[in-house]
Amino acid sequence: MKKTVLVGALAVAGLSAGVAGAATLDDVKARGKLNCGANTGLVGFAAPNANGEWEGFDVAFCRAVAAAVLGDPTAVEFIPTTGKTRFTALASGEVDLLARNTTWTFTRDIDLKFEFVGVNYYDGQGFMVPKELGVSSAKELDGATVCIQTGTTTELNLADFFRANNISYEPVPVETDNEAQQQYLAGACDAYTTDASGLAAVRATFEAPGDHILLPEIISKEPLGPLVRHGDNDWGDIVRWTLNALISAEELGITSANIDELSSGTDNPEINRILGTEGSLGEMLGLDAEWAKRAIKAGGNYGELFEKNVGETTPIGLARGLNAQWTNGGLLYSPPFR
Amino acid sequence: MSTMTDPPKESFKLGMLIYDTRYRSITIQIVALIGFLILAGWLINNTINNLAVLGKPIDFTFLRDPAGYDINQRLIDYNSQSSHWRATVVGLLNTLLVAVLGCITATVVGVIVGVLRLSNNWLVSRLMTVYVEMFRNVPVLLWIVFTMAILIETLPAPRDFRGEDPEASMLLFDSVALTNRGVYVPEPLFSRGLGDLPILPDTDSPACAIPEDGGPVSDSCGMFQISLDFLLIAAVFLAGLYASSKIRQRADRIQNETGDRPTTWYLRLGVVLIPTLAVLAALGFHLGMPELKGFNFQGGIYLRNSLIALWLSLSLYTAAFIAEIVRAGILAISKGQTEAAAALGLWPNRIMSLVILPQALRVIIPPLISQYLNLTKNSSLAIAVGYMDLTGTLMGITLNQTGRELETVLMGMLVYLSISLAISAGMNLYNQRVKLVER
Amino acid sequence: MSNTHYVRSEMLSEQEPPAATTGAIGWVRENLFSSAFNSVVTLLALAFIYWLLAQALPWMVSPTWHASSLTECREIIAELGYGGACWGIIRERWLQFMFGFYPKELYWRVVLDFILLFVALAPVLFTHLPRKMLYFSAIYPFLMPWLLWGGTIWNPVMAALGFVIGYLASRHLAPVLGNLAATILAFVLPVIWWIFLSGPVADGIASVLPLAIQSVESRAFGGYMLSITIGVVAIALSLPIGILLALGRQSNLLIVRSLSVGFIEFIRGVPLITLLFVASTLLNIFMPPGTDFDIILRVIIMVTLFASAYMAEVIRGGLAALPRGQYEAADALGLDFWMAQRLIIMPQALKISIPGIVSTFIGVFKDTTLVSIIGLLDPLGLSRAILADAAWNGLVWEIYGFIAVMFFIFCFSMSRYSMYLERKLQTGHR
Repeated sequence: MKKTVLVGALAVAGLSAGVAGAATLDDVKARGKLNCGANTGLVGFAAPNANGEWEGFDVAFCRAVAAAVLGDPTAVEFIPTTGKTRFTALASGEVDLLARNTTWTFTRDIDLKFEFVGVNYYDGQGFMVPKELGVSSAKELDGATVCIQTGTTTELNLADFFRANNISYEPVPVETDNEAQQQYLAGACDAYTTDASGLAAVRATFEAPGDHILLPEIISKEPLGPLVRHGDNDWGDIVRWTLNALISAEELGITSANIDELSSGTDNPEINRILGTEGSLGEMLGLDAEWAKRAIKAGGNYGELFEKNVGETTPIGLARGLNAQWTNGGLLYSPPFR
Repeated sequence: MSTMTDPPKESFKLGMLIYDTRYRSITIQIVALIGFLILAGWLINNTINNLAVLGKPIDFTFLRDPAGYDINQRLIDYNSQSSHWRATVVGLLNTLLVAVLGCITATVVGVIVGVLRLSNNWLVSRLMTVYVEMFRNVPVLLWIVFTMAILIETLPAPRDFRGEDPEASMLLFDSVALTNRGVYVPEPLFSRGLGDLPILPDTDSPACAIPEDGGPVSDSCGMFQISLDFLLIAAVFLAGLYASSKIRQRADRIQNETGDRPTTWYLRLGVVLIPTLAVLAALGFHLGMPELKGFNFQGGIYLRNSLIALWLSLSLYTAAFIAEIVRAGILAISKGQTEAAAALGLWPNRIMSLVILPQALRVIIPPLISQYLNLTKNSSLAIAVGYMDLTGTLMGITLNQTGRELETVLMGMLVYLSISLAISAGMNLYNQRVKLVER
Repeated sequence: MSNTHYVRSEMLSEQEPPAATTGAIGWVRENLFSSAFNSVVTLLALAFIYWLLAQALPWMVSPTWHASSLTECREIIAELGYGGACWGIIRERWLQFMFGFYPKELYWRVVLDFILLFVALAPVLFTHLPRKMLYFSAIYPFLMPWLLWGGTIWNPVMAALGFVIGYLASRHLAPVLGNLAATILAFVLPVIWWIFLSGPVADGIASVLPLAIQSVESRAFGGYMLSITIGVVAIALSLPIGILLALGRQSNLLIVRSLSVGFIEFIRGVPLITLLFVASTLLNIFMPPGTDFDIILRVIIMVTLFASAYMAEVIRGGLAALPRGQYEAADALGLDFWMAQRLIIMPQALKISIPGIVSTFIGVFKDTTLVSIIGLLDPLGLSRAILADAAWNGLVWEIYGFIAVMFFIFCFSMSRYSMYLERKLQTGHR
């Protein structure tokens, strides 16, 4: 009896959210908050700071979506998810959007019924080994002990790679980056494999980063992107074009510094269309005209987000590489706003 | 609980279902049953509806698909092309392995600590108290993580064994290597072995595929392989033990009849040892030593760090509880029992084995078995150190790769439930046997 | 009689015991070096303690309290010349470890809540306190969620009103409708009230008289506060369920008994982690389509079910420990089942069970660390999130040590208290 009443009281006290209907946009607006599935902690991509605010590259994307939809980049609830709980959280409607370095694969898209709205980080699985091991290629790792994070695509890639090259290995599954790092540094594994961005981030925090090398082989394609539930295309469009707006903004030179100036009108019609001073793109999305302006203003364009969270000026020090604009030899190529 | 008897021969009225104690219990039970059925039906109905919305009807065929991932510790044949089902069995065997090892160690440590806590050496009993309180009051998950970290940080890496003047060296005449990847110990090998006995043919196993040239199916086809060598040795050893016990019984009989006990210890030892040694020699028994080759030690039995960390932390944690049980069991036997036994002229060791222990065990065993149950259930925390038990395979990577939450979690729960029920059935059996007949 | 006699006519004064058997030396001889074997063991133990302290102390006493990143720590430690801990992370994050993401300006609510918890528990645990304090204990279950989660005060008031309705129904309808109908109504009316009426009424009153404090989403809960909340709520809710289950298990109604036994054995037979998997991945599937419970609420539900099975066994132990005569006496007085339970059986059985209840609570509290595996930010989960901060990435021992010490303090004091209770209750019964 007591239970019912307390659960009831708690539920009414605003604990349990509403109903995950078909129209996610309406739900988000009604709630006034965006529920965003984030990593429980990944250097540079999602981590809480001392004030309890979440920071990172994936986190910044959620804030941009919140700014576009709700007008407030802080109107986001970050829901930490593990590799295991992330898909359930999205499928059950607990989160509106999953921005948690998730690899876009066929089965996740088709079988698990999700919709990847694009790629916000092109990654690939690599290996890190201590220099003193004298290994220069992953194919020399025959019989090596390899630390690997469980619950991701990495363990499948690893099994495939070693099978294809007909060499043996000893997998050491670990739950978190931090444990992998501990085992690797103590020499309990010869190599550590995860996404190359993660390897670089981890190496940056070592006491002597120069003693470790990343092997040249990248054994998989890992297009990491935000995803939403299948079947709500309106919501999917909003998230997709928020990402595209961030990418286009960098290409067109819109930054958080000059955006106010540019939004008073420019000669470039595409900039005007993005910033809502020309055309009615926002209306077509079901938002107002300034949605993209707010999204970009929230943390800056794609390039700014990258530099601020994982770029070369940060301790993580990732180079743009594949994640440069197509004009700079990268893969970022936003469809036109027209 | 009113037990008024109602006047007899009253014709049945509907109201009696509520007001008559004879019928009321039936009414209550039927109402409870209906309530339960409605609740269960509601849950099942919801589940079916929800799964339909998600487009994932309940379906166990994923168990036949290739798992795609590797498992480092496998007690049966397994590779990344084996099925999810086989991966589940690998995980289950790993769970059982660590549970059995843990229970044995926990009992040994627990009994020692429990006795030492009653030691008259102040320092020792205090140390044991500190140990017990430390382990009982910190979550087991933290202990597991801690133990793993200690193993990783304090033991030498395999690369420290290398070179002219290595930082670390192997123990016990170069037969045992303690590394931060695990412990390598010599393995028993048979140069004239008898091969393996496959049990439970497993059609999913790649080894069971009929070769293209139409030849016989490979020997290693089967869910499990049992080494015939070990079967033979075990059989001979047990037969020896049986013969030895026969000899003891005969000695007892002679002692009862004549008062003299024939000396039989060499006979009893010989009847166990000689046939066993003979069989070992016949099979060409020798030890395979671990050797540093390439990145790792090769050869020998490799006890991985994850297993050792889990085993140690679960045993030490559970041992702290067992120590308390043992202490309570010993303290529960009144001093008068010891004194009475001494008055009968029994030797101290006889007092222990004939008077104290049988009584203490009656108090100790039931909570002890429920500690075994706890240890088995706690072994599901293996995931924290990457030990691939049932939670790591079926409810871990398989769940994650296939997205079949309902099926995998339900299967996992059922397996744990059956293990627990088997253990409690054993306990009930024991309780029945030792039950004091009272009142 | 001559004057030569050999019988002493006065007592000799007592002699001092030999110096070696009294005082510090005597104590040492008796307790540490009573035999050769004991001496060896003592020396070994001393060596072990010395070795442990020599390893741990220099590491612990490390002047890194004010460092603001791991790199700074490393610089300080490099000057030190020996391995030391990096305590800066604790200084920077200890509030987060305590309160998670709870708004800083509202910390007082959490602190007040847990202080009030002790006030509410005190009259239950310490029998010499004034009985009037029990009224506060009755109010507390409604006060606690309100303080933690905030929102309008009318929700807890309306929830409490349900109990009042039930009480009034059983009290005043009995003369009119008869005992049984009144009992049934006392159960049914509150349920109707809670499900259909309390929500709208609360909203109605709130719109007229908006008495509310700032509401906090349960996602903001984290660290020890989350552990304690889950532990306390689960234990409090599991108590009534546990009592019902224990009675069900003792009952001689076959179906009721098998349902209770089935539930208890099922929950006790599976590891908590699988129940948490159910909470994180399956519970929403079991509910009507579209329901979306908060994950923390789902975890609380599953932990409550888990705790109630254990609680049922504890209370069953208490029931079994009662002499049979108590039941028979209650029957002889003509009390019906519920009256006998309420007036005779339960007060005694619960009193016997208090140590068991406390140790169940310790167990559940320790087990809350498991929620880190499903991604909740309890101290352990939070440590992983914090270590993902580039400034601290790479630390292990400091954090785990801190968490372990905090758990030890919580659990050890509770277990000592339960032992004290056990002693007190024992003397009361013999």
